Amino acid sequence: MPTKILDLPDTSYVLPGNRACAGCGIGIALRQITAALDGKMVMTVPASCLTVLGGMYPIASVSVPWLNVAFPSTAAAASGLAAGLRATGREGEMTVLAMAGDGGTGDIGIQALSGAAERNDDFIYLCYDNEAYMNTGTQRSGSTPAGARTTTTWAGKRENPKDLPRIMEAHGIPYVASTSAAFPTDVYDKVAKARDIHGLRYIHMNTPCPSGWSFDPKDTVAIGKLAVDSGLVVLYEVVDGVFRLTSRSASLAKAGGRLKPVAGYVATQGRFRGMSDEAIASVQAWVDTRWAGYLARDAAEHCSSQTTAS
Amino acid sequence: MSAPESACAAALATASMEVMTGNDAAATAAKLARVQVIAAYPITPQSPVVEQLSAWVESGELPAEFVTVESEHSALTVCIAASTVGARTFTATSANGLAYMTEQVWWAAGARLPIVMCIANRAMAAPWNVLNDQQDSMSVRDAGWVQLYCRDNQEILDTTLQAYRIAERLHVPVMVCYDGFLLSHTMMPVSVPDAAVIDAWLPKYDHPLTVVDPADPRNIGPVVIADPRADASGEGHGGYMEIRAQLHGALLEVLDVIPKVDSEYGAAVGRQWGGLLWEHMLDDAEVVLVAAGSLGTQLTVAAEKLREEGVKAGVLGIRAYRPFPVAALRGKLAGRKLALVYDKALAYGYEGPICSDLRGCLLGTPDAPAVFGAVCGLGGRDVPVDQLAGAARRALADAEAGLRVRETDWINLHLEG
Ligand SMILES: Cc1ncc(C[n+]2csc(CCOP(=O)(O)OP(=O)(O)O)c2C)c(N)n1
Ligand code: SF4
Ligand SMILES: [Mg+2]
Repeated sequence: MPTKILDLPDTSYVLPGNRACAGCGIGIALRQITAALDGKMVMTVPASCLTVLGGMYPIASVSVPWLNVAFPSTAAAASGLAAGLRATGREGEMTVLAMAGDGGTGDIGIQALSGAAERNDDFIYLCYDNEAYMNTGTQRSGSTPAGARTTTTWAGKRENPKDLPRIMEAHGIPYVASTSAAFPTDVYDKVAKARDIHGLRYIHMNTPCPSGWSFDPKDTVAIGKLAVDSGLVVLYEVVDGVFRLTSRSASLAKAGGRLKPVAGYVATQGRFRGMSDEAIASVQAWVDTRWAGYLARDAAEHCSSQTTAS
Repeated sequence: MSAPESACAAALATASMEVMTGNDAAATAAKLARVQVIAAYPITPQSPVVEQLSAWVESGELPAEFVTVESEHSALTVCIAASTVGARTFTATSANGLAYMTEQVWWAAGARLPIVMCIANRAMAAPWNVLNDQQDSMSVRDAGWVQLYCRDNQEILDTTLQAYRIAERLHVPVMVCYDGFLLSHTMMPVSVPDAAVIDAWLPKYDHPLTVVDPADPRNIGPVVIADPRADASGEGHGGYMEIRAQLHGALLEVLDVIPKVDSEYGAAVGRQWGGLLWEHMLDDAEVVLVAAGSLGTQLTVAAEKLREEGVKAGVLGIRAYRPFPVAALRGKLAGRKLALVYDKALAYGYEGPICSDLRGCLLGTPDAPAVFGAVCGLGGRDVPVDQLAGAARRALADAEAGLRVRETDWINLHLEG
C-alpha cells in the first residue's frame, strides 16, 4: 500500500535552515529520503547544489553521516563505502546512499556508475535531476530538456534528454525507479522499498529548481506535478525487470492516459521563453511516443503480472 | 640495505627466501599488511600486482574486498571511501593511470587518508611508451603524499610495509615508487617475513580520523571557506588555509617518522634502508652522484669506476623524495665539490625535478657544492654505466672551471638520429 501524506514520519534528519535557494526541490525530497532510511545511512555526495545544501564547515544542515567526494566519483565512493563497511564487519549498520545531480550522474559520473551497476555493488544511487548544471550557473547537461535555455544553450537546447533510468535498467540491476520531488510519498515509498533490496538500486528523481528553471519558489510542487501530468516526467519502477507505473502516473493511465499539453508546462518557466511552436510540437511528439511506450509496458508487464498473481 | 646490530635474529630465521618480481614483492607486502580493501585497474607494468592480489582474494588466501573498478579514478575513489570508514586500503598504478586519477590523488591527501599506493614507474604518453622513467610520480610530487623510492625488490616489500606504519601514524597517504620493468618485472631473491612477525609489527588499523556513524553524524569534507569560522556553539575552527597548513605540518613531521619506522622495522624484521637517504662511498667523496630508485644502484657502479680513475666519487640515494629531506641533504652535502643529480624525469621547460629541489635546498648554505643536473633514461632509454660516469667527468670539469650554474646535461641522447 502506498504511504499517505499524513503517515510520513515526523522525524527529520534535515535540520532547519540550509544554504539551498528558497523553494529548492532537493530539500523537500531529502526529508523523505533520509526518513525512509531511518537515518541509518551514510550518504556520499559529489560537487553539486547538494554539497551547498549540506552546509559549510563547521556547520552542517543534515544529521546523517555524509561523505563529500569529487564530482565524477559518486558511485565509486559508494562502492568504497560498501566495501569498507563489509571489510570492517559493519555492513549491517547502515545503508549506503549515493546522491548526485544529473550532471554528476549521467555525464561526468556515468562511467563510475556504469561500473558499479555492472558489478551490482550494494548501495542505493539516487539522482536528483534538476535538468542542468545548477551549481556552476545553469549550464546544459545531458538531462536538460529540448527547448530549455541555459548558459551554454542560449537559443534553447536542441536535443531531448538522455533516458538515464533506461540506461541503468540495461545494466540488469534489481531495482530502477523514476520519481519526483513533488511527490513526497512516492519518493518515500521508493527509497523504503529500495532499502530492503540488495545490489545496486537506482532512483531517478525529477527535482524542480526555481532558480535554474526560472519560476516562483512557491510553485516548486505545482511545477513538479505538472511535469508528471504533462508526461515529461513519468513515475514508475522496475523491480527485477518488471515495469509498473506508480502514484500519479498510474492514476493518469487508469483514467484513460490523457496528458496535459507540453505547451502548458513550457509556459510556466522562464527557461522555455521564446521556444518556437515547432520545438514545442517536437517535444510533444517525443512525450507522446514515450508515454505510449510506458502505457504499453505497464499493461504488458505490470497488469499481466497482476493477472498471473490473482 | 643494512642489518642493524639489534637485528631481530628470530625474525630473520622465520623469514622465507623467495625469488620474485618487484610487482610480486609489492603484492606480497599488501598481503602481509592484511589490507582490507583493494581497488586497482590494470596498466603495464603494474598489472601483475592487481592479478596476484585478485588471485589471493579469490582463493581466500587474502580475506579482503577486491573491487574490480572500471578506471583508476574509481580505484583511488574506492580506497578513499573505504579508508574513510576505517579500512586498510591498497592500490597500485603507473603513468597514465596515475595521471587519470590525479584529481583523487589530491583528494586523498587533503582528506588525510592513510592510503598506500604502489607506483611501477613508467613514462608518460604521448607518444606511447610503457618503459621506465619517473615522470609519472614526479608529476604529482606536490599533491601532499609521502613518496618513497626503492632500489630493489627487497626494498619494495619492506618499504610497502613501512608505508602503512608511516601513513597510519600521521594520517597521510604514501606512494611506494619502483622502476617499471627494471624492478617490476625482474626476479630477485626476496626475504619474506613471517606473517606473525608483521602482525605484531603492524597491528590492525583502528584509529581513523573520520567517524562514519549514524549515532554520531558528521559531514566529512564539506565546503570550507578561506577564513576560520565558528561552529553552531560559537567555537572557532580553521579555514582552508589552516587545514592545508596542517597537512604540510604532518608531512614535515614525516621526516622524523620515516627513519624511526625504518629502525623499528629493522629491530622487528632485521633489515633497514637508511631512512630518508642512503649512501655509498660517501665519506670522503668530493663528487656526489644523486638519484632516486634503481638508478642509484647503477650510480654505485659508476662511482666505483670513477674511484678507479682517482675521482673521489660517492652516491647519495633519495629514498624519501616527499617530504623533501632538506636538513639531511644539507648535512650530507656540505663541503663537497659537486653534486650531480641524475633525473629520470623533466619539468619541461626547466630541468630535472630532483635537481631543482636539491639546488634550492642548498642555496645559500655554507660550503654548498655546485649542483648540476643530468637527464637520463626517459622512456626506458638505456643508461650505460660508462655514460653515467662520463656525465660525472664532464660535470667535474665544469665545476673545476668555476661554473656554478650550467645547462642540464642529457645522457645517451642522439638527436641527430
Ligand atoms: C572534475 C570537475 N569538473 C567540473 C567541476 C565543476 N562543477 C561542480 S558542480 C558542477 C555541476 C553539477 O551539476 P549537477 O551534477 O547536475 O548538480 P547540480 O549542481 O545541478 O545540483 C560542475 C560542472 C568539478 N567540481 N569537478
Ligand atoms: S539552483 Fe536550483 S537545485 Fe540548486 S539550490 Fe537553487 S533551487 Fe536548488
Ligand atoms: Mg543538475
